[in-house]
Amino acid sequence: MSKKILLDQINVPGIRTYEVYRKEGGYASVEKAIKAMTPDEVVEEVKKSGLRGRGGAGFPAGMKWSFIDKKSGKPRHLVCNADESEPGTFKDRYLMEFLPHLLIEGMITSSFALGANLSYIYIRGEYMWVYKILERAIAEAKAAGWLGKNILGSGYDLELHVHCGAGAYICGEETALIESLEGKRGNPRIKPPFPAVSGLWANPTVVNNVETIASVPWIVNNSGDDYAKIGVGRSTGTKLISASGHVKNPGVYEIELGLTVDEFMNSDEYLGGMYSDRPLKALIPGGSSVPILPADLIYKTTNGEDRLMTYESLSDGGFATGSMLGSGGFIVYDDTACIVRNTWNFSRFYHHESCGQCTPCREGTGWLEKVLWRIENGQGREEDIDLLWSIQSKIEGNTICPLGDAASWPVAAAIRHFREEFEYHIRFPEKIKNRNHFVAEPFSQVKHLVTKQTV
Amino acid sequence: MEKTHYKQEINMTPELMARIEELCSHYPADKRKSALLPVLHDVQDAHDNWLSIELQDKVADILQILPIEVYEVVTFYTMYNRRPIGKYMFEFCQTSSCCLRGTEDLMDYTCEKLGVKIGEPTADGLFEVRGVECLGACGYAPMMQLGDFYKENLTKDKIDQIIDDCRDNKIILHDK
Repeated sequence: MSKKILLDQINVPGIRTYEVYRKEGGYASVEKAIKAMTPDEVVEEVKKSGLRGRGGAGFPAGMKWSFIDKKSGKPRHLVCNADESEPGTFKDRYLMEFLPHLLIEGMITSSFALGANLSYIYIRGEYMWVYKILERAIAEAKAAGWLGKNILGSGYDLELHVHCGAGAYICGEETALIESLEGKRGNPRIKPPFPAVSGLWANPTVVNNVETIASVPWIVNNSGDDYAKIGVGRSTGTKLISASGHVKNPGVYEIELGLTVDEFMNSDEYLGGMYSDRPLKALIPGGSSVPILPADLIYKTTNGEDRLMTYESLSDGGFATGSMLGSGGFIVYDDTACIVRNTWNFSRFYHHESCGQCTPCREGTGWLEKVLWRIENGQGREEDIDLLWSIQSKIEGNTICPLGDAASWPVAAAIRHFREEFEYHIRFPEKIKNRNHFVAEPFSQVKHLVTKQTV
Repeated sequence: MEKTHYKQEINMTPELMARIEELCSHYPADKRKSALLPVLHDVQDAHDNWLSIELQDKVADILQILPIEVYEVVTFYTMYNRRPIGKYMFEFCQTSSCCLRGTEDLMDYTCEKLGVKIGEPTADGLFEVRGVECLGACGYAPMMQLGDFYKENLTKDKIDQIIDDCRDNKIILHDK
């Protein structure tokens, strides 16, 4: 069984309340950090832990903290990114809903490390009931003296507030989130300057994901070295994985990084295999923006080694044969899932969510959606697959923020691994017309028909 | 042509004004604009879940910012409604994981049962069905948002029950 460091108390009755959380040892990391450590020592522990940002990019958290500008004399801020909107990802909501005080404890300890006196949790507007849970928990923590002036008599002050967005995926990008927190449209900023130098109200700011911040109390309580012992290589610690799609047991799981994909997919402790007992067709391991993997690349790398739930193993071979751990949004497809419709669904999402600031993204995502829709509707043209490839390649890397890449990669991977299915839609429109939405012919049959006609 | 201007009665109660000032106090005194998104949520909730131009102007006045600064936010974010909407807005998540578990069928079923098309309120103004992008409930699919809450692991029977509960006034829309 995997070690639990985030969810080990999730089943304690009443853990959502301050009283129970404190009784179970909560807020010990704040006590330890403020009474027995300097801010730099806390940063050092996080660096030693090897903790990587759990929002998707996987950048080392301690290193990000060390970039914060301490010389400018300006106020510093910590902003928690709780704008979870990546399709397939719902782990942060689970953590905040059931363990709000864990996040608040992490915010206080991390803010102390950064020298921040005013911090925010930016939560997506749709999670309104979670917003209320956090508001109540913050009020409890403040009443108990963990927030406000002169915490634990140390002279350290911290105000913490929860701020809600209003429905825009792009606000999960850190500079768009900052713009939104300033009361503006969520248009990403050009970097540099990075937020660590000029962030919220032009002050030095660190933006970290919920799961990242919630990992800090354990690291401070137990040491960075102990955290680094969990996991494999540079993928240290545990990771929340949110699983959905055609699996028996969808939900949020905490795993030690290094577990095999096979065990995660098929053991009863985790997903329990396919819910329909149908064959596995494809898998997205890290949220909609990362490349989809076909069944034959899921359990083994191209070297024949077991594919592991780590940043490195999931990306083995680059995009030709690998994917990314990303946000841990694990979406599973059985052989009834139509990859063309799924790709169109994602393209519609990215078109809808593009902020419109960069032309390749604003226009390109719309083109992708339109061309995919006509293929999906039996009106595709022979040249459409190459056209899709050309459009996606012109979006990737040509935008201010990574939304362009996120829109591009799913299309590229779908064509790379399931080209026959696109060809099938174009060549046999009568076969796809009266089917039910997402339901496809078995891929083996599709491949056979396409190959036969080509020959 | 689509109608773009609707009349709305503005009712900024003392309780609402106090809440707005409380929200503004979360930011430095010279950064009141930062409170704009949360303020708009509360103002919208208190005004039948939509924001007329006049109401947006009122918010601008309270926050001491230009009306255009409110308009550009209201038009950017999907959760602000610029026209009257059905009292019970069924917002189905229509992104991949939900579709894999049958959202599209459920949306068809709901529209048929209510006798509406997507994006059109029922004649009595009670219901409206909308498709929205990922709501972060992929493991509990299919699902929809109703007011401040999520309705998950939906089936046709559950939809029937929710509609009945709405008609019987048993559904709480906002957690206050």
